[in-house]
Amino acid sequence: MKEISKEDNKAMEQQKKEISKAYGKYAKQFTPKPNYVGNGIKAFMVGGAICTMALWVQNQLMAQGINEKDAGTFVTIGLVALAQFLTGLGIFDSIAKFAGAGVIVPITGFANSMVAPAIEYKKEGPVLGVGAKLFSVAGPVLVCGISSAVLVGIIYWLMGR
Amino acid sequence: MEYVYAFLIGGVICLIGQILMDATKLTAPRILVIFVVSGVVLQALHLYQPIVDLAGNGATVPLPGFGYNLAKGAMEGAKNGFLEAITGPLTASAAGIAVAITFGYLISLIFTPKTPKGN
Repeated sequence: MKEISKEDNKAMEQQKKEISKAYGKYAKQFTPKPNYVGNGIKAFMVGGAICTMALWVQNQLMAQGINEKDAGTFVTIGLVALAQFLTGLGIFDSIAKFAGAGVIVPITGFANSMVAPAIEYKKEGPVLGVGAKLFSVAGPVLVCGISSAVLVGIIYWLMGR
Repeated sequence: MEYVYAFLIGGVICLIGQILMDATKLTAPRILVIFVVSGVVLQALHLYQPIVDLAGNGATVPLPGFGYNLAKGAMEGAKNGFLEAITGPLTASAAGIAVAITFGYLISLIFTPKTPKGN
């Protein structure tokens, strides 16, 4: 009796798998294939342009007598603030639709990933809505980034002893 | 010439991100994490500094540059002892993180959600 039910289960699972496989195939017909080349060119051009503009601004700041480190920090702050402001206005989404990774991979994407969910969950209040959702994407990034960097610091400290 | 390198390297890093987005099922948060951590690892192996020296903002503005900055802070701090090895990453990126949190919070409180046009 037990054997049979086990086999039945197996058969049923097999059937389920086949159904989901067939559905996956069926759904694939209607999923538009991404335009790899077009998207790639757009991401390359926009991403490159953002970095070039950042370098230009940094050079302007350094020409004013600000040292390289501070100038770089000002550029980062500026990009973050600009991206968050554009996200608030709803413009960033339209740009991201066109440029894809071109604006997501630069620091602008990190800035956007904080504000976008925070605005969306505003209804849940300033603490558990905005305050918490600010980190729904940035949280994992900061956790993984900072903890791996701290680990690197400890390893270097041990090596230097 | 540095502008050309900034454009090329920055563009290539974004292109890698676009390929990851299109060709794999990785979601955007995962891609962001991968980029930041790869920046940390590459810098720990002294592989990212040459790219920064060549391309400047082309390497520091994309997210691996954030990881680079974290790791660089840790490595420089490690020379001055255990405590600075731990505080180094956050010290190096404190300004960016502080602005991202404070300004992001302010913006999120001021603006209301926009419904996308055409939907």
